[in-house]
Amino acid sequence: MCLAIPGQIVGVAPEGHLATVEVSKVRRTINIDLLDPAPSAGEWVLIHVGFAMSRISSEEAAEQLRLLAMLGEDAQAMAELDGYEFGSS
Amino acid sequence: MKYVDEFRDPRLIKQASDEIKRLIDPSRHYRIMEVCGGHTHAIYRFALADLLPPNIELVHGPGCPVCVLPMGRIDAGLSLVEEQHAIFTTFGDVMRVPGRHGSPIERQARGADIRMVYSPLDALKLARDNPERQVVFFAIGFETTAPSTALTLKRAQEAAIANFSVFSNHVTIVPAIRAILDSPDMRLDAFIGPGHVSTVIGARPYAFIARDYQKPVVISGFEPLDLLQSIVMILRQLRDGRADVENQYGRTVPWDGNLPALRVLADVFELRPFFEWRGLGFISQSALKLRSEYAPWDAEARFDMAAVQVTDPKAAQCGEVLKGVLKPHQCKLFARECTPERPVGALMVSSEGACAAYYNYVHRRDMAASA
Repeated sequence: MCLAIPGQIVGVAPEGHLATVEVSKVRRTINIDLLDPAPSAGEWVLIHVGFAMSRISSEEAAEQLRLLAMLGEDAQAMAELDGYEFGSS
Repeated sequence: MKYVDEFRDPRLIKQASDEIKRLIDPSRHYRIMEVCGGHTHAIYRFALADLLPPNIELVHGPGCPVCVLPMGRIDAGLSLVEEQHAIFTTFGDVMRVPGRHGSPIERQARGADIRMVYSPLDALKLARDNPERQVVFFAIGFETTAPSTALTLKRAQEAAIANFSVFSNHVTIVPAIRAILDSPDMRLDAFIGPGHVSTVIGARPYAFIARDYQKPVVISGFEPLDLLQSIVMILRQLRDGRADVENQYGRTVPWDGNLPALRVLADVFELRPFFEWRGLGFISQSALKLRSEYAPWDAEARFDMAAVQVTDPKAAQCGEVLKGVLKPHQCKLFARECTPERPVGALMVSSEGACAAYYNYVHRRDMAASA
């Protein structure tokens, strides 16, 4: 429920609102409207239900990925990321 | 302690564990509540109790959204599938929560149009793609999740998507903590504060716990070492007779929270006068409803939804477990009628529920050991 997935921003849509993130080599679209200022390419964020909810460092991102694996939630996290539909028209 | 090997730094774990042993007063019993269900999951997964002295008791708190939701809300939401021929959408955790006539996933198997989504924005997309159908999003979660629902509602309003609505079951954590503090059968010494909720609301809202109730609060990360360090910080406060709000989770949690998220929450939601929580009863100003500007997207305003009150199955003692009065295995149904495969109560559904966590890590281990 409170699954938080770390991802790296690889690009922000020109009109804002959406960004492409990469998580373990998988790319998906997320919403970035809950962060002000908006994150830019290269930054790491924690993703929750399709939204970037906070900025984190690359070290924190690596720790969070490890934690998900240790909790047995890494597959679930990737399934969630893969399940976001709103980025595709 | 079979998980110790995979800890990032076993030496630091040992140090924290030794420090805890040095800090405790052996003649005293400590009751520390971890508020967040994610922490409950981690505590069982890493068998942290094995690293703590026996006089430190971790009490599992109310921070598991599906666990605290009364069954009547599920039934009320599902009634829209029949009455409005709506597409019912919700998160995976809700899919297995038992209602009076089955869980969403069982109803889906019987042909109801119920779809799991990973984001409220996906529910909105379904509404766009199916303009001839009503699409209802069964929204659930604490302040971690509520801003996402709020932003989705803003998008629905901007794009004038008329066939989309939200059935809000969002709750707020602070009134639940206050209710626990005011409850006569809850004797707690300190709180491990939630990590992700606090990235949104910040540390400031917990100040009353230290000021008015003289209980330490330490906001914690989710790794084993984070949790042990938080317990060290709590024990130092108790030893020194202090009660402060401290933050172990670092810069992820700003004192004032995430301002854009708080702004969108305030724009879209207002507090309900009261809301029913499983185990804790009615708590005033503890849940979020849509503001009147959003009434066209508010399932409760649009549709005739009876306030269904359904009591939990009599034998299930979810309420007592939720309040920390009973441990999961002390419930009469635990591992008998109620298992993660066939949950009777919601605490057995979510990985953040105390019963599911206890079952998956303690009960299975005990079973394996006795086999």
